[in-house]
Amino acid sequence: MLEIKNLHVSVEGKAILKGIDLSVQPGEIHAIMGPNGSGKSTLSHVIAGRDGYEITGGRIIYQGEDLTGLAPEIRAAKGIFLAFQYPVEIPGVANTTFLKEALNAIRRYHGEDELDAMQFVKMMREKAKELGIPEDMLKRAVNVGFSGGEKKRNEILQMAILNPRLAILDETDSGLDIDAMKIVAEGVNNMRAPERSTLIITHYQRLLDYIIPDKVHVLAHGRIQRSGGKELALELEEKGYAEFGEAAA
Amino acid sequence: MTTEPTQLQPFVESFDPARSGLPGAGLGWLKALRKTGIERFEALGLPTPKLEAWKYTRLKPLEDTRYQPVTDEDGMAALNTVPSLLPDPGGRPRLVFVNGWMRPNFWIVGDLPDGVHLESLHDVLETRPDWIRERLGTLAGEDDSSLVQLNTAMMDTGFVLRVEDGVRVETPIEVIFVGGLTAHPVAYSPRNLIVLGKGAEATVVRYHVGLGAGAYFANSVTEIDVGPGALFRNYKVQAEALEATHIDTVRARVARDATYESFSLSIGGRLSRNEVSVRLEGEGAHCALNGAYLMRGSEHCDNTTQIDHLVPHTTSREVFKGVLDDESRAVFVGRIVVHKDAQKTDGYQLCKTLLLSTGAEIDVKPELEIYADDVKCSHGATTGQMDETALFYLRSRGVPEALARNLLVQSFIGEVLEEISDEDVRRAITDQVVHWLPAACYLAEEWRAE
Ligand SMILES: Nc1ncnc2c1ncn2[C@@H]1O[C@H](COP(=O)(O)OP(=O)(O)O)[C@@H](O)[C@H]1O
Ligand SMILES: [Mg+2]
Repeated sequence: MLEIKNLHVSVEGKAILKGIDLSVQPGEIHAIMGPNGSGKSTLSHVIAGRDGYEITGGRIIYQGEDLTGLAPEIRAAKGIFLAFQYPVEIPGVANTTFLKEALNAIRRYHGEDELDAMQFVKMMREKAKELGIPEDMLKRAVNVGFSGGEKKRNEILQMAILNPRLAILDETDSGLDIDAMKIVAEGVNNMRAPERSTLIITHYQRLLDYIIPDKVHVLAHGRIQRSGGKELALELEEKGYAEFGEAAA
Repeated sequence: MTTEPTQLQPFVESFDPARSGLPGAGLGWLKALRKTGIERFEALGLPTPKLEAWKYTRLKPLEDTRYQPVTDEDGMAALNTVPSLLPDPGGRPRLVFVNGWMRPNFWIVGDLPDGVHLESLHDVLETRPDWIRERLGTLAGEDDSSLVQLNTAMMDTGFVLRVEDGVRVETPIEVIFVGGLTAHPVAYSPRNLIVLGKGAEATVVRYHVGLGAGAYFANSVTEIDVGPGALFRNYKVQAEALEATHIDTVRARVARDATYESFSLSIGGRLSRNEVSVRLEGEGAHCALNGAYLMRGSEHCDNTTQIDHLVPHTTSREVFKGVLDDESRAVFVGRIVVHKDAQKTDGYQLCKTLLLSTGAEIDVKPELEIYADDVKCSHGATTGQMDETALFYLRSRGVPEALARNLLVQSFIGEVLEEISDEDVRRAITDQVVHWLPAACYLAEEWRAE
């Protein structure tokens, strides 16, 4: 599904990622953990195709294709989804409108018929209900006036509607209370499928009690320092990131 | 002040105030008024950047273009359909002028209640010369700007709306000024007068629209008198032709407990200046002075506003938003004067600009002059570029870049459109904004399915 080979990335001349290797098979859930500032969001942005990052070495192969140079919307159409650490507020654009435009753009890309407003709203309502998202949040402007938890749930709703092949969740758990986190975890678990892969980026082990990863990686100083099974997350919980250069949380 | 001769000068000099076909051509007092206008204009000359109020806007086209008076042919230019702003006029009253010429075959009388009089300047000068004599030039008079003087001298078109005490007009009245479709650059000068009696209510939408590329010069002046407890909504859309110059002066006076609401959308014209001043003259008077400008190419748009709080307990609210692309320029000057006795004034001003290209520029100048001590006044101005994170957010969901950019412009402008209280007008103006946006292309090469 995703092969990252010796990836080097700089921002404004500063090297952030210094040789990342990562291989995610279809159906797998991988967790990437690491101290603040270690480059986790940078990695997720680069996979999703954000401008402003310079790839100074290495490659990102997604479903056998090198992603270099592809626009973010093309990557989205090909099935990559990034749940933002800090979801963006867009005043004056209704959540419904935004998601309908997004889904229909992706459908057009695949030569599928667009959903009309009624079909779309019906589908959106069903997904929202599963995630315990109230109706009025759908009508409101994208993320405007949403609480931290609502924003994160809105990200998961978008994921459920866009139905990606590769989902990247960048600190979706941060700022969530335990109930909200359970809802988010359930949303992710419900989407677990043999043809879908998920990268869960997190600072804490907490979320991984609810979403059991196949593999856990520790990212620090721009490189994967260690990889292991789910027990690695527990070990980090106990010891913190001290050995990777940050005081215990 | 010494002035350099311009291309406009011979045009003004050859202007014949006795020309048949001009409104009120037979009226002696009007001839005298026009004469004073010419003299004052010649004394003042065209405004130059040396004047503080014209620091950022240069009237280059007026200096360089040889304008000609509108002829029958220009005024009667073939027009199959009228480019209405409001959809399906139905029973909505509508006046249409082409290069200033009245085109009554396109007019709609509409269902106006008794006590509402909507007429052309021509007609009122004929039917109620004494009534209009008392009012014309009271708010835009001899001491006003040189462009007002020019209009006074040359006024050749316009409308008059008079709403009697207590009469409320529910439906917006649309007045369409079509420019262009002429072989030579022409100049026309609408002079409008709006008088609302005590407790009256009305909404006017002026649509200045250009057809073709036309290098015409529209120089409008509108005098507005809002009586005690009255409500007047003054909306304008300026969608002039590519080469057009549009000068629009509005002078309004708002009496006790009356409200003046205005919204001005500028989306077209090489050079435009909206110069508005509102005097809050009675306690409880309120004005909302809002607008948006969306410019591209090398267009230049100037919004210069002044609100005078003259008595205690008056309020004003002013929100302007601009979107500038390419090499376009905009100016926003927001002057708020709180006079000595105007205690308990509440004033709010906001000007936000979104620059879509590095070549675009805005000059923003809030000017607060406060001579009273117990007042609440705030102002703010921001200028920025498109939020790259928001753009990435939309694109990462699959929204194509062109569409994502459009959505973000809409998102930016949306806030000020909310200020338009008439729903039909808000919808029509929103449509204009959407049409201004570049067509979002779904079928670009990279966007075709494999
Ligand atoms: N746009 C940027 N410009 C400059 N430095 C950046 C930018 N984005 C991230 N960085 C730097 O890159 C490093 C990694 O940041 P980030 O990927 O956000 O880490 P994490 O998500 O692991 O906390 C940090 O030192 C941060 O300051
Ligand atoms: Mg991060």
